[in-house]
Amino acid sequence: MKRKPIIYILLLIIGLFVFAAVFAPLLSPYSPDAQNLCAGLSGPSVSHPLGQDKLGRDVLSRMIFGARVSLLVGLSVVLISLFAGFLIGAISGVFGGILDQVMMRIIDLLMAFPGILLAIALAAVLGPGIGNVIFALSLLGWVGYARLVRGQVLVEREKAYFESARALGAGWVRIIFRHLVPNLAGPVLVQASFGIAGAILAEASLSFLGLGTQKIPSFGSLLSHGINFLRTAPHLTIFPGLAVFLLVISFNLLGDFIADYLRVENKIKS
Amino acid sequence: MRSYFLKRLLWFFPVLLGVSLVVFFFIHLIPGDPVLMMLGESAQSGQVENLRHQLHLDLPLHRQLILFFADLLQGKMISIFYQKPVLEVIFPKLAATLELALSAMLIAILIALPIGILSALRKNSWFDFLARIFSLLGVSVPNFWMGPLLILLFSIRLGWLPVSGKDGILHLILPALTLGLAMSGFLSRMSRASMLEVLGAKYLESARAKGLKEAAVILKHALRNALIPILTVIGLQFGALLSGAVITETIFAWPGIGRLLINAIFSRDFPLVQACVLIISFSYLVVNLLVDLCYALADARVRLWREK
Repeated sequence: MKRKPIIYILLLIIGLFVFAAVFAPLLSPYSPDAQNLCAGLSGPSVSHPLGQDKLGRDVLSRMIFGARVSLLVGLSVVLISLFAGFLIGAISGVFGGILDQVMMRIIDLLMAFPGILLAIALAAVLGPGIGNVIFALSLLGWVGYARLVRGQVLVEREKAYFESARALGAGWVRIIFRHLVPNLAGPVLVQASFGIAGAILAEASLSFLGLGTQKIPSFGSLLSHGINFLRTAPHLTIFPGLAVFLLVISFNLLGDFIADYLRVENKIKS
Repeated sequence: MRSYFLKRLLWFFPVLLGVSLVVFFFIHLIPGDPVLMMLGESAQSGQVENLRHQLHLDLPLHRQLILFFADLLQGKMISIFYQKPVLEVIFPKLAATLELALSAMLIAILIALPIGILSALRKNSWFDFLARIFSLLGVSVPNFWMGPLLILLFSIRLGWLPVSGKDGILHLILPALTLGLAMSGFLSRMSRASMLEVLGAKYLESARAKGLKEAAVILKHALRNALIPILTVIGLQFGALLSGAVITETIFAWPGIGRLLINAIFSRDFPLVQACVLIISFSYLVVNLLVDLCYALADARVRLWREK
């Protein structure tokens, strides 16, 4: 495959972020909350490679802990949305009828809200905190998966294996988990990769607006702190933004790569 | 044709009602007493009761719902912070947001269409490679990073443009560029895909076989057909622009509805939050409806397929 080196670079970037998030207390050179007011807004140096913020806190340490928030929110939102979306989409597609009609109208309704607007409003009424951000983003996140899975189920249920399974007396639970899940894994995985990128971006946006996490540092809150010192300490804006950008572009490209791979596999099969 | 238009229009109203219902229930999601949350724990009991009555929270849920819609339609929903009808507060800000969103859209179209079309015409060339990198960057660079980077370059380092506020065309350039660049990444990707699809069509071969010059084949036949889906994407991206404006307006202190929404959230002015979310969603729904109807008018295949 021509794109193989790129996939290794992507996996390396994602792996580094995951490693930093998991081992944050061991890897961060300083406590993320340790202040040194005399050194406030200092630029990058040997002892503080990414500089210090207004209160003299080490930016690198805060970013290492910020990676935890980004990845925790990204993965949790995708897992919850995927589980709920898969169940709703599969049941809707398999059973059809009025249930399917009602579910599709609810999905259309939720899709009528633009972008992260509903998440902003929900986060505003629920108050700041990681749990609330995950809840607000998952409440809308399942919609895309449900629509995708339902569409795929409608295609799969016309195929011979589906009919055979039914003729052999397989129950719906068995059909969904034994037959549909493996057949839908590819497209769902692609969507999940884009979904993680989207959730990371949405969490950072909410934190940037002051509606995400407050006590724990996150990339978005670091950026919103940094933007006040753009003239005197641009490193406070550049580094957290670069981290979000790298994470988002890596998951987006990973999604593209999986989609390309599946297309090639399908061509070979057919 | 008429039946498709009617169906699409009839579906618009239940969705609008559903969106309003979701927004109505926002206030009931607030953990604890929403009135105390808005006024603070130190509020006097008279103030608390007044606001509870003003928001109809002292009534049963079904009556609250009826009065919510009655207030909304009669323009009687009052902002707690501004102490005047929410629509009076929102409309001047909406104009500023539309100015920003339309400028961003213009920038995105001017950048993305030529890039997308040229990269499809020169598929797998260096230009195509660079154009694809540009579109990937556009999609992946977050607004809240792009904005400060542009300020850093054009306002702080070069001193060419003002940092924030709204006072003439110079103030519009950076926020519009921030929003427009993000949209142009997606739009150039879609333009390229749409043009590539059209370039493989049989009718282009027929046009060439008739002896038409290549420029005429591209401009008269390919481009015209490729533009239909591109225009739909432009329309649908309007919603992304409106929600993206929340962040861009916050960065550049642009006095639009997005910044108003965030300020309303922090001043706990929930009627104004509800109204802002409703107005933004309503604009999005109207644009989507118009795009759908225009698409059906422009492309007979869609019309016939949907009528089936």
